[in-house]
Amino acid sequence: MPLAFIVWAFAVVIVYVFLARLWWFPPPINQHGITYDQHFLSTLLVTGVIFFLAQLALGYVIIRYRDRGKPAVYSHGNNKLEALWTSAAAILFIGAVLASTRVFAGVHLARPPENALRVEVLGKQFAWSFRYPGPDGKFGRTDIKLINDAAGNPFGLDDTDPAARDDIVTSSLRVPAGTPVRLTLKSRDVIHNFFVRELRLKQDLVPGMEIPLHFQADKTGVYEIPCSELCGLGHHQMRSTLEVLTPEEFRKWEQAQLEQLRQLQQP
Amino acid sequence: MSSPVVHHAVHAAPRGFLRKYIFSTDHKVIGKQYYLLALFSVFVGMLLSVLMRFHMIYPDAKVSWFEKLWPTGAAGGIMTPELYLSLMTMHGTIMVFFVLTTAPQSGFGNYFLPLQIGAEDMAFPVINMLSFWTTFAALVVLLAAFFVPGGAPLSGWTAYPPLSAVGEIAGPGQGTGQTLWILSIALFCGASLMGAINFIATTIDLRAKGMTLMRMPLTCWAWFVTAILSLLGFAVLLAAGILLLLDRVAGTSFFLPAGLVVNDQILNHKGGSPLLWQHLFWFFGHPEVYIAILPGMGLTSTVLSVFARKPIFGYRAMVYAILAIGFLGFLVWGHHMFVSGMNPYTGIAFSVLTMTIGVPSAIKTFNWIGTLWGSRIRFTTPMLFALGFVSLFVTGGISGIFLGQPALDLYLHDTYFVVGHFHMIMGVAAIFGIFAGTYYWFPKMYGRMMNETLGKIHFYLTFIGVYAIFTPMHFVGVAGNPRRYADFKEFEFLGQLMPLHTFMTHAAFFTAAVQLIFLFNFFWSMKKGARAPVNPWEATTLEWTVPSPPPHDNFGGRLPEVYRGAYEYSVPGADKDYLMQNEPVAAAKTQE
Amino acid sequence: MARVSPSDVLRGTPPATPDYGDGGRRGGPARRAGITGIVLACAAIVMLFAALTSAMIVRRGLGGDWQTLTLPGILWVNTGVLLASSFALERARRALRQGRREAFNHLWLAGTVLGFLFLAGQYAAWRQLVAAGVYLATNPSSSFFYLFTVAHALHLAGGLLALIFITVCAWRLRLGPGRRTAVDVSAFYWHFMDGLWIYLLLLFRFWG
Repeated sequence: MPLAFIVWAFAVVIVYVFLARLWWFPPPINQHGITYDQHFLSTLLVTGVIFFLAQLALGYVIIRYRDRGKPAVYSHGNNKLEALWTSAAAILFIGAVLASTRVFAGVHLARPPENALRVEVLGKQFAWSFRYPGPDGKFGRTDIKLINDAAGNPFGLDDTDPAARDDIVTSSLRVPAGTPVRLTLKSRDVIHNFFVRELRLKQDLVPGMEIPLHFQADKTGVYEIPCSELCGLGHHQMRSTLEVLTPEEFRKWEQAQLEQLRQLQQP
Repeated sequence: MSSPVVHHAVHAAPRGFLRKYIFSTDHKVIGKQYYLLALFSVFVGMLLSVLMRFHMIYPDAKVSWFEKLWPTGAAGGIMTPELYLSLMTMHGTIMVFFVLTTAPQSGFGNYFLPLQIGAEDMAFPVINMLSFWTTFAALVVLLAAFFVPGGAPLSGWTAYPPLSAVGEIAGPGQGTGQTLWILSIALFCGASLMGAINFIATTIDLRAKGMTLMRMPLTCWAWFVTAILSLLGFAVLLAAGILLLLDRVAGTSFFLPAGLVVNDQILNHKGGSPLLWQHLFWFFGHPEVYIAILPGMGLTSTVLSVFARKPIFGYRAMVYAILAIGFLGFLVWGHHMFVSGMNPYTGIAFSVLTMTIGVPSAIKTFNWIGTLWGSRIRFTTPMLFALGFVSLFVTGGISGIFLGQPALDLYLHDTYFVVGHFHMIMGVAAIFGIFAGTYYWFPKMYGRMMNETLGKIHFYLTFIGVYAIFTPMHFVGVAGNPRRYADFKEFEFLGQLMPLHTFMTHAAFFTAAVQLIFLFNFFWSMKKGARAPVNPWEATTLEWTVPSPPPHDNFGGRLPEVYRGAYEYSVPGADKDYLMQNEPVAAAKTQE
Repeated sequence: MARVSPSDVLRGTPPATPDYGDGGRRGGPARRAGITGIVLACAAIVMLFAALTSAMIVRRGLGGDWQTLTLPGILWVNTGVLLASSFALERARRALRQGRREAFNHLWLAGTVLGFLFLAGQYAAWRQLVAAGVYLATNPSSSFFYLFTVAHALHLAGGLLALIFITVCAWRLRLGPGRRTAVDVSAFYWHFMDGLWIYLLLLFRFWG
């Protein structure tokens, strides 16, 4: 008997927390984020109703059919009901996944435009590095033998390649707002995961693979990048940021970086 | 009574302590051995989780006895992140393999499958004994990882390479500790395969006369299908484990690609694929989820029917649902890999199959409610746990509808939403199934009743406790909290979630403490509980026709004959509200 | 399922034979379970080798580092030996059915010895590869070759133990009717090992 009230209480609290959004996503910063949130909400609505009704029904039968001396109904079931709820569940579940395919396809099947800003993302225990191709638009040659984290060369850039000399390497990701960005995700040791909550995006970095990912951020700001695939003892400290700048700010920043590079490369 | 079927005993009752209690081939002794092994493991696993929750909210706390337990992992009494991760790895491995796979299937299954189908023992008693002792060895090898240099591995129960494959340069515990982990899992695979062969052969070939497949209790169906999943799944895990071990010790490159630079060392591997491990692992790993939960589902069905005094609603639908879950369970492994870099089209295909498997799960839930509809419920402790199972199964199942969609998984993957989801459904729902089984079958296993008052207190506090621990995990998951983080100090957005983490940790302390009530009740009742009659719950299945506890050969040399299905309660016209399966012609009501 | 007549349930349906689906042709429970058990064991082995095969196909398709392995010639001789061994066991079983116990003993012993020869031949094949500088970690193709052949040899060694057990029973005249199941089950497993070996040989001949 008390069980019914406990079940109902939990159902009400859970539904309330989700409705009141006491703990919720950060605000989205692009169209994909808005679409994602809409799809999440519609899934939440449908499943929330099922969840609430199921717990309600469980509580109801617990109270209604406690032993009050009345014999139980002798029944082995009902084929019509069986067929009804089987098809209802099938339509609902498959419908949800088909509806969501559109959102997934927007991320993984659509191609980014050719003029998208290209950035290479490198994960290693336990830091992030980002590489921009620079004015020539080409990523320079790398060699794992040249990797030297202390000297600021996590990619192993080969300076004898002219294309490598203007590659900007940073420890946080800066992108201009409103511009398509095409990332290439790489890892040089174990699996990591690139996650930006505000972008509603998450993708593993797998050693031996180059995984493409594209997005466009529309709202300026600084957003945290937590590693989201267990990578070792420093997993919880593997942090970087995504800084979405205005296009002017981004140009200025890029120029300053190139200037710095030139100075460093002066003999 | 039925005409007795005289049958020679499979093996004579053994003499001597060793043959009777240690190296016994009696399925009942082996079942208890498995159960006690799982009971030990679940308390170890729970202790590890409490330490993890403690570290999450007090990462800098100095506790002197930590240092005594882990001189290097907690030097100065402060738990290191690597110690946290090794506790997490061991918690997951112990719980998944040595509790959720062991207790409901190997424990209860071994004890009650022969009794419920009317057999004198399992088909291969010696293999059964070997299977238990191999499991025992696997547990010893696993726990030994705590005591080797570097400590236990930190790559999680999923052991993704390269982290798990490159040795100790990837972190402490990745040397000897990880090797021991693989050996333990390989042993466990062997033991599970032996067990699975035994279960399937017993179910197919040793059923009593009249025990047709469609008269078997749903527990037997669940054990049967679970054994098939084990047979096919553990063989694949064994293959994956061998490949991983060779990559570690023999310099092969199955999972390791070229160009690895780990901890500033250039490795010589080339050409392998880390994703290959994930495919092999999850081909086993997803069926494993059903290995853990199916016996609980079968048991919940039985317990609901017994204490609702009503036949199962849609017995055949339940059987088909179990079979469908077993079959589809092998086609959905890719939903663990939506963000792994797998081909997106493959991801979409897996997501459709994943949603399909939700259908038989929904059927089961509807049928449970249908069984209770119009019933006459007796609120015993096993019934409470079965009702709790239904509630948790709904809650944990619903969140699966979010995670099964690759689009939503783009954000929720590897957050606490996932942790909340699988703890609700394969963790505590399965544990509630085990508790229901314990309170239900304890009288048969030990010949004494467990204390009902303590049982009810245990149920209510645990039910509230597990909701309090695992519901907030969904909330922090929606806020983006990644899992497997030793602490939350580094990130601004995680700092804001600390109040919820503090709440969960305290709920975990509370729930863990409550389990001592169960432990006390279990051992106290074994010695001091009221004597159990043959059929204390007025249930219909065959195990309730023999003394509590049953004699060595179960049925005293006279195998039962079966006349009807397993769930005949409240049949109109009968003199009592339950009909035993082996009762030839039921006595009619006397008053009429 | 929905409509069950209470009076039928009260009366109960008298049990016919259990529905093993074979009309009792497969013998008593112990024999039936033995046959089921060995089929299941083979199913698990199939899964193990299927998993390794899928790993091999994936791994082969991954990169350009796969080098075709030249199989040692002795493998073909070994194949003949293994097939001969199975043939001997089959002849032995036929002899047993006809009650020619002495013929059974000789033929079964011959099968067992041929089994030993196969294992020795496999060992020679590994030695040949090592002599040619092909080790476990030399190339993915060699990794898989050693892995598959050693896994097969270990399973075969298990079968060999069963053959030896029956040989000993037979020569000590302890081969009662109860042991006939052991004879059939061991022979089944042995033929399965044959089939598995031929599969592996073809796999490496055309895909290795």
